[in-house]
Amino acid sequence: MSEAKSEKEKRKIQSEKKMRDIMTAYYIDAKTARQNNKKVAWITSGGPVEPLIAMDIIPVYPENHGAMIGASKMGVDLCEKAEAMGYSNDLCSYARSDISCATVNGGPIGGLPEPDMLVCCNNICGTVLKWYEVQARYFNIPLFIFDTPFCHTEYTKEAKRYVERQIGEYVAFLEGVCGRKMDQDRMKDVGRISFEGQKLWQEVLDTAVNKPSPMTAFDAFFHLALIVTLRGTQQTIDYYQGLLAEMKDRIRDGIGAIAQEKYRLLWDNLPIWYRMKWLSKKFAEHDACLVADTYTSAWCGAMKYIDENKFLDSMAEAYSRIYLNIGVDEMARMVIAMIDKYQVDGFVLHSNRSCKPYSLGQFDIQRIVEKERNIPCLMIEADMVDERSFSESQISTRIDAFMEIIKDRKKGRA
Amino acid sequence: MITAGIDIGSITAKAALVENGKILGTKVTFTGYNAEAAGRKVYEDVLADSGLEASAVGKIVSTGYGRNSVKFADRTFTEIMAHAAGANFLKPEVRTIIDIGGQDSKAIALDERGKVKNFVMNDKCAAGTGRFLEVMARALEVDLDEFGAMSLQSGAPSKISSLCTVFAESEVISLIARGEQRFDIIAGIHESIAARISSMIARVGLTEPVMITGGVARNAGVVAALEGKLGVKIAVLPSAQVNGAIGAAILASSL
Ligand code: SF4
Repeated sequence: MSEAKSEKEKRKIQSEKKMRDIMTAYYIDAKTARQNNKKVAWITSGGPVEPLIAMDIIPVYPENHGAMIGASKMGVDLCEKAEAMGYSNDLCSYARSDISCATVNGGPIGGLPEPDMLVCCNNICGTVLKWYEVQARYFNIPLFIFDTPFCHTEYTKEAKRYVERQIGEYVAFLEGVCGRKMDQDRMKDVGRISFEGQKLWQEVLDTAVNKPSPMTAFDAFFHLALIVTLRGTQQTIDYYQGLLAEMKDRIRDGIGAIAQEKYRLLWDNLPIWYRMKWLSKKFAEHDACLVADTYTSAWCGAMKYIDENKFLDSMAEAYSRIYLNIGVDEMARMVIAMIDKYQVDGFVLHSNRSCKPYSLGQFDIQRIVEKERNIPCLMIEADMVDERSFSESQISTRIDAFMEIIKDRKKGRA
Repeated sequence: MITAGIDIGSITAKAALVENGKILGTKVTFTGYNAEAAGRKVYEDVLADSGLEASAVGKIVSTGYGRNSVKFADRTFTEIMAHAAGANFLKPEVRTIIDIGGQDSKAIALDERGKVKNFVMNDKCAAGTGRFLEVMARALEVDLDEFGAMSLQSGAPSKISSLCTVFAESEVISLIARGEQRFDIIAGIHESIAARISSMIARVGLTEPVMITGGVARNAGVVAALEGKLGVKIAVLPSAQVNGAIGAAILASSL
C-alpha cells in the first residue's frame, strides 16, 4: 500500500459502511412495504416523525431523496424535466426533482416507494405546502398539514395553543388512515428514543471542538441521514453510539479529519451535494477544516424545548422553534455561539438559490458576525442540487481569496 | 531583485516587471483561447520591451482567472490580493478598490495597513463587467473606446432596467428603435453598471480614498457614473489596467 493511500485509510471513518448498509436496508424496507402490509408516509425533513414510528408507518423523506439525487449528479436532468412540466426554475430544486422523479421513477434508487399519505410541516419553508399539495393530487392520497407559525422573536401563548391542538389532529389523522389506535406507551418510548438520538447526534457534532477535529462538516452531512430519516428508532441510537466511540478514539489517537488542520471554518446552509468532494479537497488544500455547520445541527438544535417524558406535548414547541423558523437575530445569535464554541477562523455562507428561507437573511447574519466577531466571511452562490447554478472558476477564486485573507490575519496575529 | 507579475484575465493578459519599488515595464495583450500561451507571450513581450533576459528575473507570481495556467510562476495569488498589493504600492492611502475586468467586477475593502479586509465579487452574471460593455458596443455599433467620451455628452441617460446582459441587449435594441440618442443610451448603460457596483460597495462598506482598477477604468463614463452614484472622487491611475500585474510583481518580491 502506498503511503498516500494508507494516510487516506487512516482518516477514513469506519462507521461509514455501516451507515450505507442501514440506509440500503431502510430503502428496501420502504420499497417493499406494500408486500409486508405496511404503510408509507412521505414527510418533510423538519416534520414530527415520531408519531409515524409509533404507528409502525415507514417514513420516507423526499428531501433526503433530493440529497441523493444531488449527490449522484442526477439533479439537472430531473430539474429540467420538472421545468418541461411547467415548473419555474426558481422553485426549490428538491421540489423540482421530487415532482418530476415521481412521474418517471428515475434517480439513483429508481424513485421513492409510493406513499399512502403525506405529512407536511411548514417549519422549514412555505414551498413544501404547494409541493405536497401537488403530490397529494398526483397520488390521490390524504395530506396532513402541520402548521407551525413563524417564531420571529418568541413562541407566543396563542401559537402554543394553536400548534398543540394540531398534535391531536395529527394523531387522529394517522389513526384514520391506518384504521387503528395509537399505542400511547409505544409513543412515549419512541419519544424518549428520539430525544436520546438527538442528544447523541449533538455529542457527535460536539467532538469537532477538538483540535484537530476528528470530523468535518462534510462528514456530518453524510452521517446526518439517520437522525433525519430514522429518528425515534433504536437503530439510530446504536449507530450514533458507535460513531461517537469512533470519534473519541480518533481524538485519543490524534487523528484529524484532514491531514493538516491549520484553519477552522463554519459552514452555513445546505451542502452543495454534487460538489462535496471537490469542496472538501479545495478546503483541505488550504489546510482548512470545515468543523461545523448550521445545517446538521438543525436536527438537535431545539432539544432544550423537549421534555423527554412528555414528548408529544413538548414537541409542538420544539418543532416550531427549529433554525429555519426563527428570526434573523436569533439565527445570528446561534451562529455566533457556534463560532465561539468551535473556535473558527472564518465563516462560509452558501447562498443557496433553491432555499429561500435559509438564504434570505444571510447578508444580515454576515454583517452581524463581522461586527460581533470580526472574522472573515465568504459568500458563495450555488444550489444544493441544480449544478447549473455552480460556477467552478468563480467559486474557486473566491475560496482562494478568502483563505488568503484568513492566512494573512492569522500570520498578523501570531 | 527583479520580479514579475502576470495577470491572466478573461479578455486580456497583463505583465509587469518591478525592481526595488520601481516599475521597469508593463504590457497588455489579448488572452485568446489559450491562457497558457498568452501568459508566456505577454511575459516574453514585457521582457523584450524592457531589454531584459528571463534569467534576470528572480521571482514570478501569477494572478487572475488563468493564474494556474502560468506554469513557470513561482506562486499564484488571487486577483483580490494582487489588486490590493498593487493599490497599496501605487497609492498606499487607498481604502476601497473597485475592480472592473472582463468577466467579473469586485469591490475590495482595505484596512489601515492596506491589507484586504473584505471583498465582494459579482455573481454569476456578466452585467456590470467589461463583457457587458462589449456586448452593448456591438449592439450600438460604436467603438468601445469612444464609449466614455460619448456618454459624457448625455444630459438625460436612458433607463436600462434589466439585470441580465442578454435582456439588457434587447432593451438597448428597442431603445435604438425608439429613436433614443446613442450617447443617452451609452450613458444609461454606464448608470446601470454604476448601480450594480455601488450595491457591491455597500456590502463591503465605502471608505475613502477610492481607486478604480481593471480595463474598464479607462472608460471615463463609467467612472463619472460611479462618482455620481457614490458621491466620492475616484482615483484613476494610468496603470489601472495593469494594477493586478504590478501587485503580483510586488507580492513576488516578498516571496
Ligand atoms: S426551500 Fe429550503 S427548506 Fe424548503 S424544501 Fe427546499 S431546501 Fe428544504
